[in-house]
Amino acid sequence: MTAHAHQQTDGLRVDHHFENAEQQYQSAKLGMWLFLTTEILLFGGLFCAYAVFRANHPEIFVFGHHFLDKNLGALNTVILICSSATIAWAVRAAQLKQMKVLVLMLLLTIACAGGFLGVKYLEYSHKWHAGLLWARQYNPHGEHGGGVDHAPAAPAAEASTMAAAGAAPAASADERSKIAPAAVGPSGLAEPEALPSSGEQGLVPEPAHARIYFSIYFLMTGLHGIHVLGGIGAMLWLLWGVRQGVFASGHFTRVDMVALYWHVVDLIWIYLFLLLYLID
Amino acid sequence: MSEQATPGVHISSVKLLVGVWIALIIGTWLTVAASNVDLGWLNIWIGLAIATGKAALVALYYMHLRWDRPFNAFVFLGAFLFLFLFIGIAMMDTAHYQPQIIPAFGQPAGG
Repeated sequence: MTAHAHQQTDGLRVDHHFENAEQQYQSAKLGMWLFLTTEILLFGGLFCAYAVFRANHPEIFVFGHHFLDKNLGALNTVILICSSATIAWAVRAAQLKQMKVLVLMLLLTIACAGGFLGVKYLEYSHKWHAGLLWARQYNPHGEHGGGVDHAPAAPAAEASTMAAAGAAPAASADERSKIAPAAVGPSGLAEPEALPSSGEQGLVPEPAHARIYFSIYFLMTGLHGIHVLGGIGAMLWLLWGVRQGVFASGHFTRVDMVALYWHVVDLIWIYLFLLLYLID
Repeated sequence: MSEQATPGVHISSVKLLVGVWIALIIGTWLTVAASNVDLGWLNIWIGLAIATGKAALVALYYMHLRWDRPFNAFVFLGAFLFLFLFIGIAMMDTAHYQPQIIPAFGQPAGG
């Protein structure tokens, strides 16, 4: 078959640089899979940071996960799984030219995505009010307050909390930092005074650099949340396409591509839920 | 309205979609249940195994990889291979040099 500009096959528009509708579809799909690999590798950098920090400082993660609500995390996992099912159904509807089912499934998926972000908003705002934020913004207070005032973050406090963390009794061997404390560091000459810092209900002593957990938490869930927002945008674009009659002819490629993207957003959350919420 | 046989296209049945959904919900419940049992270092690996099982269900069925051209699966799995190398080598590296780190070294003097 020779190339024809804007050739019509079964109502599908085939661009002139493709042999036929199938080649056009498979090319789009391969491009989408390549994009998804870059997404995996984008999050991969953050998963790598997570692995390195957790291997060296398991106590930070054990401490930090006490501030996350396992039930809300599980709820969000279920919501995303439902949205994966509905968008997969949307692809089926587009393939079978069932426009009403397609619209319904897209609306359900958007509703799930909105619900996910709603739960995320509850979690974020709670952490915001408790001062459990990233890096230098980490300043716990309120009902979950650690005893330490981190706000001015004098470098002296850095060295001494580090020493204190080593001195603090850890619950078990794998909850202790793998790095030995320096009683009198070569740079600081700080006295290892034991800071009476305590975590939730005073059960878990706050380790040094607990902020690292919240930095990782906000980076990973934040990047994921941006992807959820992008997914909502893509699904609104599909709904607009339905209005324009793009899919009535059985041209489901766009729906399929958005669905592939959305499934990856779900896949990443499956791991985030496990690694951030379900520590020990 | 008929299920036309366009080459290279798989149309999932409602039964399959619902079946995978149920399996994923059970998987989530299993992950949470497993995290409540203290098995020490095994916990994280059991959790990762269940999560990977769920990911495989999504990829094979919802993402149609099972019926897709093998090259697409090859591309996607390639990403995980490189991710594995990336994280694996970074972990080996950090495990080797951590014992030699002098704590608090390099931080501003005078405390």
